[in-house]
Parts: sequence; structure tokens; C-alpha cells
Amino acid sequence: MTINDHQHIIHVENLVKKFGSFVANDHLSFHVKKGEIFGFLGANGAGKTTAIKILCGLWKPTAGIIKVAGLDAYRETEKIKKNIGYMSQKFSLYDDMTIAENFTFFGGIYGLRRKEIRLKMNFFLEKLEIMEYRDRVIQALPLGWKQKLAFSIAIMHEPAIVFLDEPTSGVDPVTRRQFWDMIYEAAHEGITVFLTTHYMDEAEYCERVSIMVDGRIEALDTPGELKKRFSVQSMEEVFIRLARK
Amino acid sequence: MRGFIIKEFYHIFRDVRTMIILFGMPVIQILLFGFALTNEIKNARIAVLDHSKDDVTMEIINKIASSGYFILDENLSSESDIEDRFREGKIRLVIIFEQNFAENLLKGNKPGIHIIGDASDPNTASLLVNYALAIIRDYEADLIINQASFNMIILPEPKMLFNPELKGVFMFVPGIITVLLMLVCAMMTSISIAREKEIGTMEVLLVSPLKPFQIIVGKVAPYVVLSLVNAVTILTLGYFVFGMPMQGNIVLLLTEALLFIIMALSMGILISTIAKTQQVAMFISLAGLMLPTILLSGFIFPIENMPVALQVLSNIMPSKWFIIIIKSIMLKGTEIVYIWKETLILILMTVIFIGLSIKNFKIRLA
Repeated sequence: MTINDHQHIIHVENLVKKFGSFVANDHLSFHVKKGEIFGFLGANGAGKTTAIKILCGLWKPTAGIIKVAGLDAYRETEKIKKNIGYMSQKFSLYDDMTIAENFTFFGGIYGLRRKEIRLKMNFFLEKLEIMEYRDRVIQALPLGWKQKLAFSIAIMHEPAIVFLDEPTSGVDPVTRRQFWDMIYEAAHEGITVFLTTHYMDEAEYCERVSIMVDGRIEALDTPGELKKRFSVQSMEEVFIRLARK
Repeated sequence: MRGFIIKEFYHIFRDVRTMIILFGMPVIQILLFGFALTNEIKNARIAVLDHSKDDVTMEIINKIASSGYFILDENLSSESDIEDRFREGKIRLVIIFEQNFAENLLKGNKPGIHIIGDASDPNTASLLVNYALAIIRDYEADLIINQASFNMIILPEPKMLFNPELKGVFMFVPGIITVLLMLVCAMMTSISIAREKEIGTMEVLLVSPLKPFQIIVGKVAPYVVLSLVNAVTILTLGYFVFGMPMQGNIVLLLTEALLFIIMALSMGILISTIAKTQQVAMFISLAGLMLPTILLSGFIFPIENMPVALQVLSNIMPSKWFIIIIKSIMLKGTEIVYIWKETLILILMTVIFIGLSIKNFKIRLA
């Protein structure tokens, strides 16, 4: 295996995570290229969340070589945290604070200066065309806006990788489409996107996907190759084939 | 860090419920306890059945009626009225003088006074009976001194130190401070941390470069400040409105309050490591902290009167020790040398709670 480390923003070799005798991640090996949109699929309980938490530096792996943005997942978790962005399915903004206050707060915890925060905020709000709402509290905003704001805030500090944990759950198709435009744009700017999703049509938008079953990666390739290999029409069928095995 | 604390203040000041609990509760509670829920008796209605109607009984009745504790509602004429009056519920106490009271007294025959209380409310009844007895004894004592003709009897002269008027508010102010600090610190912090878990922001914070230690300090710091403000408010109200004395060192008192606040906060953090939702956090705080604090700390029910098992249990109530500390400082002017034991217990509890929280937190991360 000849791996060029510069190209691989996430490098995982034989990652094992055990909780007592339960093996949540069983020798996972994969890599993610810089600027790639990588889909991390699997049924509930397949071990996706565990793997993401390890990659984000929240949990320590039991064994394996794990490098995130060139940093070691055992010793350099603090540095990893500075280099990643994270957005969960709950969108996780503070409901009782305004858009501007949320930007200020989250920018602040990533160590951004006030001026940088203001510039970034203006940039995103103009792009989303919601500049005049900057002093509205989040609570009053439509779900689609919250989602886009959460994503903007997750990439405000220009992370190398952004982890999106089911970022589109509960959102209507039109909004989902718009959201994917934002994802493409971020990837185009060189931010690697690592995402989990339950929507199989979204899996088609990813450049490569891995499918986890019972703690192991059962398949990893481009959506096109996977469909060819299982000779089916859609990712949904690929997923069902693997999950039923 | 500064941004974090500002954010926390936004949460507090923008939530009406939080604001009510933080600032409405202390004032309402102290006024309620201070004015309404006192267990002192004032103006209890009594009836008298005087079979003798002589100078002595008149004098005793006057003394009772003018004491401030009792209002003479009715002069009964026969024994059969007594039960009716009690049933009507207006009368709390009936005092009966036997016939030829003064005469018997002069002859040294020890005439009888019958005191009947309405024990459907046993606490009040026994208090009232005691008050009435005290007034009669007082009269008796005057008599003995004035006449000197009786053989000297031992004359007990009780004196209630530190709270000579036995004011209930002296009990309630320390109790309320304790309950409120517990409420604000333990409950509010556990709820606010659980809230972040619920809405998912805790995850985002943990993934951020902030260290868990910074997150915790950022979350609790505003509550430390607000709790101290609360404690001072209650003390001020107690001092100016209810005449609570402040015998001891105020700096020492506030330091001890700060210690108790930190103790309660560490309890709140511990709760939040267990509770996943705001409801669970609230339930644990209320059932696990508030009730025992109110019931077992000696705030309302004296610990000495509890069954032994509960007395032992009361020792693990941090509030018990804090109430002892406040009372000692405020009422007796005690210095640290006499309350170091209680202080040490609080410090120890704080260390234990923080230790357990860290352990729980580590388990979750491992």
C-alpha cells in the first residue's frame, strides 16, 4: 500500500474500538482525500457515531493508526479539534440568541478575532441573503435557515475537515438540495467533507462512500462502482444488499 | 472564556422562568416564611370558663389577654359549651378556673386551673398550652415574691440565649438561604448543562478546542455570581425587615456561603453527568436535593426529634452543616475556630462531588 500522506487528510488503519467486550469498530481501514466529499453510511448501531467521535478527538481508539489532518488521534486530540468543524443533526445553535450572537460565540471559542468574526458573518449572511435578520433570535427562523447557519458556523474557522452528522434529517427536499450546493462549494474551496446520512439519494452525491455493517466496513468505493459491483440501479439497493448479508 | 460567560448570561436573562426562580423566589420565600409561615403564635382566640370570678382569676385572665399571644373571645358559662366551641373551630384554647379560686389560693390549697387545647393541630396546641402555662407561672412567681408568706419554692428562671424572643424568622433566614442556594446552584446548573446536551450544543462544545474544564467553569461562573447576589439579598432582607442579628464576621459568613455555593455547584455538575435531559435533571434536583434539604437539614423539623435513622441520614445533608454555620455566625458571632469542623465537612463533600463528576465524565469519554 503506497499512501501519499499529503493527499490523505484522514488516514485510518485497523481502527479498533471496544467498549468492554463489545467491539464497536472492528479493524476499520480507509482514507479520505483532501477536498473530497466522503459519505460514511451504515444502519443505526453499525458503529458510525463511534468512528466519528474518535476522528473528532472525543474518544480514544482502542487500537489502530489514526491520523486526522496529519495529527495523531491518540496524542494530538487538542490540535485535531482546532482543525475540524462539526455539525450535528440537531443543528446545535443557541435558540435564545440572535444570529449575530451565535456567530460571535462560536467564532470566539475557535479563537477568532472580533474583526474576523464580523467579516465571516457578513460573508455568510450575504451569501444566504439573510443579512437583515442578523439580530433575530434563532428560535424564530425556519429549519432550513438554521441548518444553513449551522453549517456556515461549522466552517467559519476554515477547518481542514468538516464532519456532518446526518446534516439533512428532517429537512424538505428543496432545502436539502440547496444545502448540498453549500457542501459542494465548501469542498470546492478545499474543505474536506465527511458526512453521515440516512438518505440514499444523498449517498449518490458523495464522491466516495463507505458502508458499515456491524462495526466493519463492508464496502468502500464511488457510488457508480458500487452499483456496478452489485449490479443494481441505486445506492439504496446496494445498502439493502449489504445490510441483509 | 469571556464569550462563554456572556453567552450564559444571555440564557439566564432571556428566560423568564429562570429569572423568576433566580430573583423572584428569594424575595417571595423570605416574605412568605417571615410573615405567613411562622410557628409563633399571635392572637390565638381563647375562651374562659371562670367558676370563681374573683380578683385573682380576673388578674390572671387580664394578664393572659394582654400578652399579645391570646385574644379573649368569650366568657363561657357552662362546661357543656366547651366542646361546642371547639367544634366550631374558632377557639384554640379554653381555660377553666375552679370555684373559690382566690380563697383556696390564700389558704395554700393550690387551686386548679384547667387548660384545654385543640389538639387537632398538635404543634399549635402544645405551643399555646405552654404559653398559657408560662403566663400563669409568671403570675405565680410575682405572687410568691410579693407575699413572701409562702415557703420558698425553687424558682426556675429560663432564659433563651441568642434568640430571646424565640423568633421563627431566625430559623427561617438561614434555612431559606440554604434552600435557595441549593436550588439556584445545583438545580439551575444541572438543568442548564442538561439543556446543552438536549439541544446538541454540548457535542459541538466538546468537539471545539475548549477544554471540558473551561466549559464547566464557563457554565457555573455566572451562577456563582448570581447566587452570591441572592445570598446577600436574603441577608439584607432578614437584617432590615425582620431584625435578624448579625453578630459575627460578615466576611467569614460570605466566605462560608461561597464554599456552600461551590459545593452545591459541584453537586449540580454531578447531577448533569448523570441526567441526559432537563426533566431528569430537574427531577433529581427536586426529589434528591430539595426535599431532603427542606426536611432533613433541621430547617423546619428539629433534627433532635427525628428517629435515629433519619438523624444519621441528616449528617450527609450538606445543608445541615451550612445551617449550623450560618446560625453560629449570625446569632452567636462564632469565629472560624468553632466551626472548622462543619467547614471541613463541606470542603470534603465538595471534593467528593467534583471527584465523582470527573470520574463519570472520564467514563463517558473512555
